[in-house]
Amino acid sequence: MIRVQLPTHLRRLAHVDGEVTLEIQGPVTIDSILDALEARHPVLCGTIRDHTTRQRRAFLRFFACQEDLSHDPTDKPVPAAIESGAEPLLVIGAIAGG
Amino acid sequence: MSKVRVLVGTRKGAFVLTADGKRDKWEVSGPRFAGWEIYHLKGSPADPNRIYCSQSSGWFGQIIQRSNDGGKTWEPPGGPLEKTPDGSPKGQSNKFVYDTSPETGKPLTTHQWYDGTQRPWEFKRVWHLEPSHSDPDTVYAGAEDAALFKSKDGGASWHELSGLRGHGTGPQWQPGAGGMCLHTIILDPRNDRIYVAISAAGAFRSDDAGKTWKPINRGLRSQYIPDPNAEIGHCVHHVAMSPERPGVLFMQKHWDVLRSDDAGDNWKEISGNLPTDFGFVVDVHAHEPDTIYVVPIKSDSEHFVPEGKLRVYRSRTGGNEWEALTKGLPQENCYVNVLRDAMAVDSLDECGIYFGTSGGQVYCSPDAGDSWKPIVRDLPAVLSVEVQTLP
Repeated sequence: MIRVQLPTHLRRLAHVDGEVTLEIQGPVTIDSILDALEARHPVLCGTIRDHTTRQRRAFLRFFACQEDLSHDPTDKPVPAAIESGAEPLLVIGAIAGG
Repeated sequence: MSKVRVLVGTRKGAFVLTADGKRDKWEVSGPRFAGWEIYHLKGSPADPNRIYCSQSSGWFGQIIQRSNDGGKTWEPPGGPLEKTPDGSPKGQSNKFVYDTSPETGKPLTTHQWYDGTQRPWEFKRVWHLEPSHSDPDTVYAGAEDAALFKSKDGGASWHELSGLRGHGTGPQWQPGAGGMCLHTIILDPRNDRIYVAISAAGAFRSDDAGKTWKPINRGLRSQYIPDPNAEIGHCVHHVAMSPERPGVLFMQKHWDVLRSDDAGDNWKEISGNLPTDFGFVVDVHAHEPDTIYVVPIKSDSEHFVPEGKLRVYRSRTGGNEWEALTKGLPQENCYVNVLRDAMAVDSLDECGIYFGTSGGQVYCSPDAGDSWKPIVRDLPAVLSVEVQTLP
Protein backbone atom coordinates (compact mmCIF):
# COMPACT_ATOMS: atom_id res chain seq x y z
CA MET A 1 0.00 0.00 0.00
CA ILE A 2 1.38 3.38 -1.03
CA ARG A 3 0.52 6.45 1.01
CA VAL A 4 0.38 9.92 -0.55
CA GLN A 5 -0.09 13.20 1.28
CA LEU A 6 -1.54 16.00 -0.86
CA PRO A 7 -1.58 19.73 -0.15
CA THR A 8 -4.85 21.15 1.18
CA HIS A 9 -5.96 22.67 -2.14
CA LEU A 10 -5.70 19.34 -3.92
CA ARG A 11 -7.35 17.40 -1.11
CA ARG A 12 -10.32 19.75 -1.33
CA LEU A 13 -10.39 19.51 -5.10
CA ALA A 14 -10.42 15.71 -4.96
CA HIS A 15 -12.77 15.60 -1.95
CA VAL A 16 -10.38 13.53 0.14
CA ASP A 17 -9.54 13.72 3.80
CA GLY A 18 -6.13 12.75 5.07
CA GLU A 19 -3.80 10.56 3.09
CA VAL A 20 -4.61 8.83 -0.18
CA THR A 21 -3.73 5.14 -0.24
CA LEU A 22 -2.97 3.37 -3.49
CA GLU A 23 -2.26 -0.17 -4.60
CA ILE A 24 0.35 -0.35 -7.34
CA GLN A 25 1.30 -3.35 -9.43
CA GLY A 26 4.87 -3.43 -10.70
CA PRO A 27 7.70 -1.01 -9.98
CA VAL A 28 6.84 1.81 -7.59
CA THR A 29 8.12 5.05 -9.04
CA ILE A 30 6.98 8.66 -8.98
CA ASP A 31 5.43 8.02 -12.40
CA SER A 32 3.51 4.94 -11.31
CA ILE A 33 2.32 6.60 -8.10
CA LEU A 34 1.04 9.63 -10.01
CA ASP A 35 -0.54 7.38 -12.65
CA ALA A 36 -2.43 5.53 -9.93
CA LEU A 37 -3.33 8.75 -8.13
CA GLU A 38 -4.76 10.31 -11.32
CA ALA A 39 -6.64 7.12 -12.16
CA ARG A 40 -8.26 7.18 -8.72
CA HIS A 41 -8.85 10.95 -8.79
CA PRO A 42 -9.10 12.14 -12.41
CA VAL A 43 -9.74 15.69 -11.26
CA LEU A 44 -6.07 15.84 -10.24
CA CYS A 45 -4.88 15.37 -13.83
CA GLY A 46 -2.89 18.46 -14.77
CA THR A 47 -2.58 19.77 -11.23
CA ILE A 48 0.61 17.97 -10.20
CA ARG A 49 2.20 17.38 -13.59
CA ASP A 50 1.56 19.17 -16.83
CA HIS A 51 -1.13 17.70 -19.09
CA THR A 52 1.09 17.71 -22.14
CA THR A 53 4.69 17.35 -21.00
CA ARG A 54 3.88 15.13 -17.99
CA GLN A 55 6.56 17.07 -16.12
CA ARG A 56 6.16 18.11 -12.49
CA ARG A 57 4.59 21.55 -12.23
CA ALA A 58 7.20 24.13 -11.38
CA PHE A 59 5.91 25.08 -7.93
CA LEU A 60 5.37 21.55 -6.62
CA ARG A 61 7.92 19.34 -4.90
CA PHE A 62 8.08 15.67 -3.94
CA PHE A 63 9.54 14.68 -0.58
CA ALA A 64 9.81 11.38 1.29
CA CYS A 65 11.93 9.96 4.10
CA GLN A 66 13.49 13.41 4.70
CA GLU A 67 14.70 13.44 1.09
CA ASP A 68 13.85 15.74 -1.78
CA LEU A 69 12.84 13.52 -4.69
CA SER A 70 11.72 16.41 -6.88
CA HIS A 71 14.64 16.19 -9.26
CA ASP A 72 15.06 12.42 -9.33
CA PRO A 73 14.16 10.62 -12.55
CA THR A 74 10.45 9.91 -12.30
CA ASP A 75 10.91 6.32 -13.45
CA LYS A 76 13.42 5.60 -10.64
CA PRO A 77 12.18 3.28 -7.87
CA VAL A 78 11.20 5.26 -4.77
CA PRO A 79 12.75 4.52 -1.35
CA ALA A 80 11.73 1.18 0.15
CA ALA A 81 9.91 2.88 3.03
CA ILE A 82 7.42 4.36 0.56
CA GLU A 83 6.96 1.06 -1.20
CA SER A 84 6.25 -0.67 2.10
CA GLY A 85 3.88 2.05 3.26
CA ALA A 86 6.04 2.95 6.24
CA GLU A 87 6.48 6.49 4.93
CA PRO A 88 4.18 8.62 2.73
CA LEU A 89 5.12 10.43 -0.44
CA LEU A 90 4.61 14.12 0.25
CA VAL A 91 3.40 16.37 -2.55
CA ILE A 92 4.15 19.87 -1.35
CA GLY A 93 3.49 23.31 -2.76
CA ALA A 94 6.76 25.21 -2.94
CA ILE A 95 6.71 28.19 -0.62
CA ALA A 96 8.54 31.43 -1.17
CA GLY A 97 8.35 34.18 1.40
CA GLY A 98 6.00 34.49 4.33
CA MET B 1 -40.63 39.49 -8.81
CA SER B 2 -37.37 39.44 -10.72
CA LYS B 3 -34.15 38.54 -8.97
CA VAL B 4 -30.50 39.23 -9.51
CA ARG B 5 -27.58 36.89 -8.93
CA VAL B 6 -24.14 38.48 -8.72
CA LEU B 7 -21.18 36.21 -9.40
CA VAL B 8 -17.98 37.40 -7.76
CA GLY B 9 -14.52 36.02 -8.45
CA THR B 10 -11.84 36.86 -5.89
CA ARG B 11 -8.21 36.06 -5.14
CA LYS B 12 -9.35 33.43 -2.63
CA GLY B 13 -12.59 31.96 -3.87
CA ALA B 14 -15.97 32.56 -5.50
CA PHE B 15 -19.02 34.18 -3.97
CA VAL B 16 -22.64 34.32 -5.09
CA LEU B 17 -24.75 37.29 -3.98
CA THR B 18 -28.51 37.21 -4.51
CA ALA B 19 -31.34 39.69 -4.01
CA ASP B 20 -34.80 40.41 -5.29
CA GLY B 21 -35.48 43.16 -7.80
CA LYS B 22 -35.25 45.88 -5.16
CA ARG B 23 -31.58 44.97 -4.75
CA ASP B 24 -31.67 46.05 -1.14
CA LYS B 25 -31.34 42.90 0.97
CA TRP B 26 -28.68 40.42 -0.06
CA GLU B 27 -27.82 36.84 0.67
CA VAL B 28 -24.15 35.99 0.43
CA SER B 29 -22.88 32.48 -0.18
CA GLY B 30 -19.29 31.38 -0.38
CA PRO B 31 -16.44 31.07 -0.52
CA ARG B 32 -16.54 28.33 -3.11
CA PHE B 33 -13.16 26.87 -4.10
CA ALA B 34 -11.62 28.56 -1.07
CA GLY B 35 -7.99 29.44 -1.45
CA TRP B 36 -7.99 29.33 -5.26
CA GLU B 37 -7.94 32.34 -7.54
CA ILE B 38 -11.26 32.76 -9.30
CA TYR B 39 -10.58 34.95 -12.29
CA HIS B 40 -14.10 34.78 -13.69
CA LEU B 41 -17.56 33.24 -13.41
CA LYS B 42 -20.31 33.76 -15.94
CA GLY B 43 -23.80 32.36 -16.46
CA SER B 44 -25.21 31.15 -19.75
CA PRO B 45 -27.76 33.51 -21.32
CA ALA B 46 -29.47 30.42 -22.74
CA ASP B 47 -29.75 28.67 -19.37
CA PRO B 48 -29.15 30.88 -16.35
CA ASN B 49 -28.64 27.88 -14.09
CA ARG B 50 -25.58 26.92 -16.12
CA ILE B 51 -22.61 28.84 -14.76
CA TYR B 52 -18.97 28.43 -15.72
CA CYS B 53 -16.11 29.24 -13.39
CA SER B 54 -12.37 29.62 -13.94
CA GLN B 55 -10.51 28.31 -10.90
CA SER B 56 -6.74 28.56 -11.03
CA SER B 57 -3.56 28.56 -9.02
CA GLY B 58 0.03 29.29 -9.83
CA TRP B 59 0.86 26.06 -8.03
CA PHE B 60 -1.79 23.69 -9.29
CA GLY B 61 -2.86 25.07 -12.66
CA GLN B 62 -6.25 25.53 -14.25
CA ILE B 63 -9.60 23.98 -13.36
CA ILE B 64 -12.89 24.74 -15.05
CA GLN B 65 -15.89 24.27 -12.78
CA ARG B 66 -19.48 24.09 -13.96
CA SER B 67 -22.78 24.46 -12.13
CA ASN B 68 -26.15 23.33 -13.43
CA ASP B 69 -28.18 24.70 -10.53
CA GLY B 70 -27.33 28.36 -10.38
CA GLY B 71 -24.18 27.98 -8.33
CA LYS B 72 -25.43 25.73 -5.53
CA THR B 73 -23.30 22.77 -6.60
CA TRP B 74 -20.29 22.49 -8.89
CA GLU B 75 -18.34 19.86 -10.77
CA PRO B 76 -15.37 19.89 -13.12
CA PRO B 77 -17.08 19.00 -16.41
CA GLY B 78 -14.40 16.80 -17.98
CA GLY B 79 -16.47 13.66 -18.21
CA PRO B 80 -19.85 12.51 -17.00
CA LEU B 81 -20.94 14.31 -13.89
CA GLU B 82 -20.61 11.29 -11.66
CA LYS B 83 -18.45 10.83 -8.67
CA THR B 84 -15.90 8.07 -8.42
CA PRO B 85 -16.77 5.28 -5.94
CA ASP B 86 -14.93 7.05 -3.15
CA GLY B 87 -16.69 10.35 -3.78
CA SER B 88 -14.00 12.17 -5.72
CA PRO B 89 -15.13 14.20 -8.76
CA LYS B 90 -14.67 12.14 -11.88
CA GLY B 91 -14.19 15.03 -14.26
CA GLN B 92 -10.63 15.87 -15.17
CA SER B 93 -9.36 19.37 -14.82
CA ASN B 94 -9.39 20.82 -18.26
CA LYS B 95 -6.77 20.63 -20.91
CA PHE B 96 -5.94 23.86 -22.68
CA VAL B 97 -3.42 22.83 -25.27
CA TYR B 98 -2.22 25.24 -27.92
CA ASP B 99 -2.72 24.17 -31.50
CA THR B 100 0.55 22.78 -32.83
CA SER B 101 -0.95 20.84 -35.70
CA PRO B 102 0.83 21.03 -39.06
CA GLU B 103 -2.31 22.36 -40.73
CA THR B 104 -3.16 25.30 -38.50
CA GLY B 105 -0.66 25.47 -35.68
CA LYS B 106 2.59 25.51 -37.58
CA PRO B 107 3.00 29.28 -37.85
CA LEU B 108 2.23 29.78 -34.17
CA THR B 109 5.65 30.01 -32.68
CA THR B 110 6.64 32.77 -30.31
CA HIS B 111 5.52 36.11 -28.89
CA GLN B 112 7.49 39.05 -27.61
CA TRP B 113 8.69 39.02 -24.02
CA TYR B 114 9.08 42.09 -21.77
CA ASP B 115 12.66 42.56 -22.88
CA GLY B 116 11.85 42.36 -26.56
CA THR B 117 13.10 38.82 -27.07
CA GLN B 118 10.88 36.08 -28.44
CA ARG B 119 9.41 33.42 -26.15
CA PRO B 120 7.19 30.38 -26.80
CA TRP B 121 3.55 30.44 -25.82
CA GLU B 122 2.89 28.82 -22.44
CA PHE B 123 -0.57 28.27 -20.98
CA LYS B 124 -1.04 29.84 -17.56
CA ARG B 125 -4.74 30.40 -16.82
CA VAL B 126 -8.17 31.34 -18.11
CA TRP B 127 -9.03 34.98 -17.53
CA HIS B 128 -12.50 35.13 -19.02
CA LEU B 129 -15.32 32.72 -19.88
CA GLU B 130 -18.00 33.78 -22.34
CA PRO B 131 -20.97 31.45 -22.76
CA SER B 132 -22.85 31.40 -26.06
CA HIS B 133 -26.06 33.38 -26.38
CA SER B 134 -27.96 30.37 -27.67
CA ASP B 135 -26.34 27.12 -26.51
CA PRO B 136 -25.56 26.43 -22.84
CA ASP B 137 -22.90 23.89 -23.82
CA THR B 138 -20.94 26.30 -26.00
CA VAL B 139 -18.51 28.54 -24.18
CA TYR B 140 -15.37 30.48 -25.07
CA ALA B 141 -12.31 30.92 -22.86
CA GLY B 142 -9.74 33.69 -23.02
CA ALA B 143 -6.34 32.46 -21.90
CA GLU B 144 -2.96 33.68 -20.75
CA ASP B 145 -0.71 33.39 -22.78
CA ALA B 146 -3.15 35.01 -25.12
CA ALA B 147 -5.32 32.60 -27.06
CA LEU B 148 -9.00 31.90 -27.57
CA PHE B 149 -10.40 28.46 -26.82
CA LYS B 150 -13.88 27.08 -27.48
CA SER B 151 -15.82 24.22 -25.93
CA LYS B 152 -18.94 22.78 -27.49
CA ASP B 153 -19.51 20.16 -24.80
CA GLY B 154 -20.11 22.24 -21.72
CA GLY B 155 -16.45 22.74 -20.86
CA ALA B 156 -15.47 19.07 -20.99
CA SER B 157 -13.01 19.60 -23.84
CA TRP B 158 -11.48 22.66 -25.41
CA HIS B 159 -9.89 23.46 -28.73
CA GLU B 160 -8.05 26.57 -29.74
CA LEU B 161 -9.42 28.93 -32.37
CA SER B 162 -5.89 29.23 -33.69
CA GLY B 163 -6.67 31.66 -36.48
CA LEU B 164 -6.34 34.41 -33.89
CA ARG B 165 -2.73 33.66 -32.94
CA GLY B 166 -1.98 32.61 -36.47
CA HIS B 167 -3.20 35.60 -38.41
CA GLY B 168 0.30 37.05 -38.55
CA THR B 169 0.93 39.56 -35.77
CA GLY B 170 1.43 37.05 -32.93
CA PRO B 171 5.21 37.55 -32.69
CA GLN B 172 4.56 41.25 -31.92
CA TRP B 173 2.23 40.58 -29.00
CA GLN B 174 3.73 41.20 -25.60
CA PRO B 175 2.58 40.86 -21.99
CA GLY B 176 1.15 43.75 -20.03
CA ALA B 177 1.85 44.10 -16.32
CA GLY B 178 -0.70 41.38 -15.56
CA GLY B 179 0.59 38.98 -18.18
CA MET B 180 -0.23 38.42 -21.84
CA CYS B 181 -3.90 37.76 -21.40
CA LEU B 182 -6.93 37.52 -23.60
CA HIS B 183 -9.36 39.12 -21.17
CA THR B 184 -12.33 40.33 -23.21
CA ILE B 185 -14.65 38.24 -25.38
CA ILE B 186 -17.78 39.79 -26.90
CA LEU B 187 -20.19 37.71 -28.96
CA ASP B 188 -22.41 39.62 -31.35
CA PRO B 189 -25.96 38.38 -30.65
CA ARG B 190 -27.00 38.83 -34.30
CA ASN B 191 -24.36 36.88 -36.17
CA ASP B 192 -21.02 35.05 -36.08
CA ARG B 193 -18.98 38.11 -35.18
CA ILE B 194 -16.61 37.85 -32.20
CA TYR B 195 -14.49 40.57 -30.63
CA VAL B 196 -11.57 39.90 -28.31
CA ALA B 197 -9.02 42.11 -26.59
CA ILE B 198 -5.51 41.25 -25.46
CA SER B 199 -3.00 42.98 -23.21
CA ALA B 200 -0.76 44.11 -24.76
CA ALA B 201 -1.63 43.39 -28.35
CA GLY B 202 -4.92 45.18 -28.96
CA ALA B 203 -8.44 44.38 -30.10
CA PHE B 204 -9.29 41.86 -32.81
CA ARG B 205 -12.43 40.90 -34.69
CA SER B 206 -13.61 37.78 -36.44
CA ASP B 207 -16.60 37.89 -38.77
CA ASP B 208 -16.69 34.13 -39.32
CA ALA B 209 -17.16 32.64 -35.84
CA GLY B 210 -13.47 32.73 -34.96
CA LYS B 211 -11.91 31.19 -38.04
CA THR B 212 -10.14 34.29 -39.32
CA TRP B 213 -9.23 37.48 -37.51
CA LYS B 214 -8.07 41.00 -38.09
CA PRO B 215 -6.69 43.66 -35.73
CA ILE B 216 -9.10 46.56 -35.09
CA ASN B 217 -6.90 49.22 -33.52
CA ARG B 218 -6.99 52.14 -35.94
CA GLY B 219 -7.12 55.37 -33.96
CA LEU B 220 -5.48 54.02 -30.83
CA ARG B 221 -2.46 55.99 -29.64
CA SER B 222 -0.06 54.59 -27.06
CA GLN B 223 2.87 56.63 -25.76
CA TYR B 224 5.22 53.71 -25.43
CA ILE B 225 4.86 52.59 -29.05
CA PRO B 226 7.18 54.57 -31.32
CA ASP B 227 4.97 54.19 -34.40
CA PRO B 228 1.89 56.42 -33.89
CA ASN B 229 -0.05 54.28 -36.36
CA ALA B 230 0.95 50.94 -34.90
CA GLU B 231 -1.61 48.29 -35.52
CA ILE B 232 -0.40 46.01 -32.73
CA GLY B 233 1.00 46.45 -29.23
CA HIS B 234 -1.75 48.49 -27.56
CA CYS B 235 -2.60 47.62 -23.99
CA VAL B 236 -6.38 47.41 -24.24
CA HIS B 237 -7.81 46.93 -20.77
CA HIS B 238 -11.44 46.23 -21.56
CA VAL B 239 -14.08 46.60 -24.26
CA ALA B 240 -17.85 46.76 -23.79
CA MET B 241 -20.79 46.63 -26.16
CA SER B 242 -24.51 46.99 -25.59
CA PRO B 243 -26.35 43.97 -26.98
CA GLU B 244 -29.06 46.44 -27.96
CA ARG B 245 -26.66 48.22 -30.31
CA PRO B 246 -24.08 45.77 -31.62
CA GLY B 247 -21.22 47.32 -33.49
CA VAL B 248 -20.82 50.30 -31.18
CA LEU B 249 -17.90 49.56 -28.87
CA PHE B 250 -16.43 51.35 -25.89
CA MET B 251 -12.85 50.76 -24.82
CA GLN B 252 -10.84 51.49 -21.70
CA LYS B 253 -7.26 51.40 -22.88
CA HIS B 254 -4.23 51.58 -20.57
CA TRP B 255 -4.60 55.35 -20.96
CA ASP B 256 -7.58 56.76 -22.92
CA VAL B 257 -11.25 55.89 -23.15
CA LEU B 258 -12.35 55.35 -26.74
CA ARG B 259 -15.39 54.64 -28.86
CA SER B 260 -15.96 52.94 -32.19
CA ASP B 261 -19.17 53.26 -34.21
CA ASP B 262 -18.09 50.84 -36.93
CA ALA B 263 -17.40 47.57 -35.14
CA GLY B 264 -13.86 48.55 -34.25
CA ASP B 265 -12.65 49.63 -37.67
CA ASN B 266 -11.98 53.14 -36.34
CA TRP B 267 -11.68 54.49 -32.81
CA LYS B 268 -11.88 58.02 -31.41
CA GLU B 269 -10.99 59.19 -27.94
CA ILE B 270 -13.86 60.17 -25.64
CA SER B 271 -11.94 60.80 -22.41
CA GLY B 272 -13.29 64.36 -22.27
CA ASN B 273 -13.38 65.77 -18.75
CA LEU B 274 -12.37 62.61 -16.87
CA PRO B 275 -9.93 63.39 -14.03
CA THR B 276 -7.62 60.71 -15.44
CA ASP B 277 -8.25 58.43 -18.36
CA PHE B 278 -6.25 55.50 -17.03
CA GLY B 279 -8.45 52.68 -15.78
CA PHE B 280 -9.59 49.13 -16.29
CA VAL B 281 -13.38 48.82 -16.45
CA VAL B 282 -15.89 50.17 -18.91
CA ASP B 283 -19.52 49.12 -19.21
CA VAL B 284 -22.74 50.17 -20.93
CA HIS B 285 -26.20 50.76 -19.45
CA ALA B 286 -28.54 47.89 -20.32
CA HIS B 287 -31.19 50.06 -21.96
CA GLU B 288 -29.44 53.30 -22.86
CA PRO B 289 -26.63 52.43 -25.27
CA ASP B 290 -25.06 55.88 -24.98
CA THR B 291 -24.85 55.74 -21.19
CA ILE B 292 -21.46 54.37 -20.19
CA TYR B 293 -19.48 53.93 -17.01
CA VAL B 294 -15.78 53.96 -16.10
CA VAL B 295 -13.79 54.13 -12.88
CA PRO B 296 -10.75 56.36 -13.39
CA ILE B 297 -7.56 55.14 -11.74
CA LYS B 298 -4.74 57.53 -10.88
CA SER B 299 -2.02 56.18 -13.16
CA ASP B 300 -0.26 53.10 -14.44
CA SER B 301 2.21 53.31 -11.58
CA GLU B 302 -0.38 54.09 -8.90
CA HIS B 303 -3.20 51.62 -9.30
CA PHE B 304 -5.75 53.29 -7.03
CA VAL B 305 -8.48 55.86 -7.40
CA PRO B 306 -7.31 59.50 -7.50
CA GLU B 307 -7.51 61.81 -4.46
CA GLY B 308 -8.57 58.96 -2.17
CA LYS B 309 -12.10 59.16 -3.62
CA LEU B 310 -13.93 56.23 -5.15
CA ARG B 311 -15.88 57.71 -8.06
CA VAL B 312 -17.67 56.05 -10.91
CA TYR B 313 -17.95 58.34 -13.91
CA ARG B 314 -20.99 58.20 -16.12
CA SER B 315 -21.49 59.68 -19.56
CA ARG B 316 -25.02 59.89 -20.93
CA THR B 317 -23.76 61.20 -24.26
CA GLY B 318 -21.64 58.28 -25.36
CA GLY B 319 -18.47 59.86 -24.01
CA ASN B 320 -16.59 63.16 -23.66
CA GLU B 321 -19.01 64.60 -21.08
CA TRP B 322 -18.68 62.79 -17.78
CA GLU B 323 -20.25 63.21 -14.34
CA ALA B 324 -18.85 61.85 -11.10
CA LEU B 325 -21.12 59.45 -9.22
CA THR B 326 -20.24 59.54 -5.54
CA LYS B 327 -23.37 59.07 -3.43
CA GLY B 328 -22.70 56.17 -1.09
CA LEU B 329 -19.09 55.68 -2.17
CA PRO B 330 -16.13 56.53 0.11
CA GLN B 331 -14.82 60.02 -0.61
CA GLU B 332 -11.76 60.06 1.59
CA ASN B 333 -8.85 57.75 2.38
CA CYS B 334 -9.86 55.23 -0.28
CA TYR B 335 -7.09 53.63 -2.32
CA VAL B 336 -8.64 50.68 -4.09
CA ASN B 337 -8.50 49.54 -7.69
CA VAL B 338 -11.30 48.15 -9.85
CA LEU B 339 -10.04 45.49 -12.24
CA ARG B 340 -11.09 45.02 -15.85
CA ASP B 341 -13.76 42.35 -15.41
CA ALA B 342 -15.08 43.71 -12.13
CA MET B 343 -18.05 45.77 -13.38
CA ALA B 344 -21.40 44.52 -14.64
CA VAL B 345 -24.93 45.73 -15.33
CA ASP B 346 -28.25 43.97 -14.82
CA SER B 347 -31.18 44.28 -17.20
CA LEU B 348 -33.98 45.20 -14.82
CA ASP B 349 -36.10 48.16 -15.89
CA GLU B 350 -34.10 50.39 -13.56
CA CYS B 351 -30.66 49.27 -14.63
CA GLY B 352 -28.43 48.15 -11.78
CA ILE B 353 -24.68 48.74 -11.88
CA TYR B 354 -22.22 46.60 -9.90
CA PHE B 355 -18.51 46.69 -9.30
CA GLY B 356 -15.96 45.09 -7.02
CA THR B 357 -12.72 46.47 -5.65
CA SER B 358 -9.26 45.30 -4.76
CA GLY B 359 -10.28 46.01 -1.16
CA GLY B 360 -12.98 43.35 -1.24
CA GLN B 361 -16.05 45.57 -1.50
CA VAL B 362 -18.83 44.87 -3.98
CA TYR B 363 -21.06 47.87 -4.60
CA CYS B 364 -24.51 47.97 -6.17
CA SER B 365 -26.38 50.90 -7.58
CA PRO B 366 -30.04 50.02 -8.20
CA ASP B 367 -30.65 53.39 -9.90
CA ALA B 368 -28.17 53.42 -12.78
CA GLY B 369 -25.37 54.94 -10.74
CA ASP B 370 -27.17 57.73 -8.89
CA SER B 371 -26.57 56.08 -5.51
CA TRP B 372 -24.50 53.17 -4.25
CA LYS B 373 -24.45 50.73 -1.38
CA PRO B 374 -21.95 48.03 -0.55
CA ILE B 375 -23.38 44.52 -0.81
CA VAL B 376 -20.32 43.18 1.01
CA ARG B 377 -17.31 45.03 2.37
CA ASP B 378 -14.68 42.51 3.28
CA LEU B 379 -14.24 39.84 0.63
CA PRO B 380 -10.79 38.94 -0.68
CA ALA B 381 -9.61 41.21 -3.50
CA VAL B 382 -12.24 41.13 -6.23
CA LEU B 383 -11.14 39.99 -9.69
CA SER B 384 -14.47 39.85 -11.50
CA VAL B 385 -18.13 40.68 -11.14
CA GLU B 386 -20.94 39.41 -13.35
CA VAL B 387 -24.67 39.67 -12.80
CA GLN B 388 -27.59 37.56 -13.94
CA THR B 389 -31.10 38.98 -14.15
CA LEU B 390 -33.53 36.19 -13.31
CA PRO B 391 -37.30 35.96 -13.68
